[in-house]
Amino acid sequence: MEWRDDGLIIGVRQYGEASVILEAMTRGHGRHLGLVRGGRSQRMRAVLQPGNSAELVWRARLDEQLGTWAVEPTQLRAATLMASAEALHAVGLICALLRLIAERDPHPDLYETAVLIAGHIGDERLAPLLVRLEIEILRETGFGLDLSRCAATGAREDLAYVSPKSGRAVSLAAGAPYRERLLPLPPFLREEAPDGEPTPQDVLDGFSLTGFFLKRDVFTPRGQGMPEARRAYLAEFSKRQEHFPTE
Amino acid sequence: MGDRVCGPEIERLIQLLARLPGLGPRSARRAALHLIRKREELFGPLAEAMRVARDTIVSCSICGNVDSCDPCTICRDERRDPSTLIVVETVGDLWALERSGAVKARYHVLGGVLSPLDGVGPKDLNISSLIERVAAGGISEVILAVNATVDGQTTAHYVTDLISHLGVRTTRLAHGVPVGGELDYLDEGTLAAALRARTDF
Repeated sequence: MEWRDDGLIIGVRQYGEASVILEAMTRGHGRHLGLVRGGRSQRMRAVLQPGNSAELVWRARLDEQLGTWAVEPTQLRAATLMASAEALHAVGLICALLRLIAERDPHPDLYETAVLIAGHIGDERLAPLLVRLEIEILRETGFGLDLSRCAATGAREDLAYVSPKSGRAVSLAAGAPYRERLLPLPPFLREEAPDGEPTPQDVLDGFSLTGFFLKRDVFTPRGQGMPEARRAYLAEFSKRQEHFPTE
Repeated sequence: MGDRVCGPEIERLIQLLARLPGLGPRSARRAALHLIRKREELFGPLAEAMRVARDTIVSCSICGNVDSCDPCTICRDERRDPSTLIVVETVGDLWALERSGAVKARYHVLGGVLSPLDGVGPKDLNISSLIERVAAGGISEVILAVNATVDGQTTAHYVTDLISHLGVRTTRLAHGVPVGGELDYLDEGTLAAALRARTDF
């Protein structure tokens, strides 16, 4: 068995003295693991860092085996990320989210989103993109939110809330009597999102929304807590915005 | 399976030696044979040294270093600068920095780095004792000498966050071109970091 694919490195675990088990999100083969012989060498250590992109060749005698990787770096981002706590925590969060996907199950859209986000680490558009990644993860794990129309009236305009029970959008008018119990839907997550960058409060509302469903539907049933990287990223994001509290 | 060529005692010795880093079954056999040949001048003293080390080695209650006394030799050393604390991942890193001889400071060994993949969280590391040490006063600078990996630097930022309110200067090791390193072979990120951290010549 042999195939070649693009991949985003999401984890590295030491194996023996000289090798590592590399976990990568690939375009056509999903989240995949494999052994990198000599992965602890001076040269390979810089390459095998989470957040880097590489061209990967996977080889094994049988499909069900762990197999070995041959790694050719294409974009080395890790050294740049190390200067910023926010960037490092963002990478940690991306990796933690991608690890929720079943192994060897292709999710090409998710891969594209993850690579796009990795390319935006360090700029202003990162936080809303991370919210979108969380929404995509919810969808890919079977808990997608329906943010296209109001669950009560079917209206597509003035969507302002999300029902914590059904994960469906609710319009401003229909949700008004229950607004204490509903989750705010930030404008940038609506199907017809307004132009311009979302405000920091919108981004935090977005994280609260996805955080609620990720915790309830994805992490808690697996017996896991929310990733530490998520808490740390939100703390750094909030710190940068100064006047916004953390969740 | 071939016939046995030695008794169970020697086989056990070879099996245990093969579990040491850098040794496989073949090199373990060579080491065992060497020990047997040098029975009086090496095997006996080595066995005795290992027994004594096993009975006496403890983890330092102050810094997490390993030594035969608690507090360790470094923490007891009055000539070291008590106002500078170097935070390292492992005892191996502490020994490496000591070999460099660049700073005569005190150390704090974290015992690893935060790693979600390996399930290592803040509670699994010596972070709370570090905070207590810094909060106790007398330290003016904390040098974060952790590895230049994503996990290492995430840990460094986490520690920095925790001690930021304690009023100590926090520094970290420079990232850039290693001695003997050729620019052509360096990754873009390291080169960018080296350029950002350039100094006057």
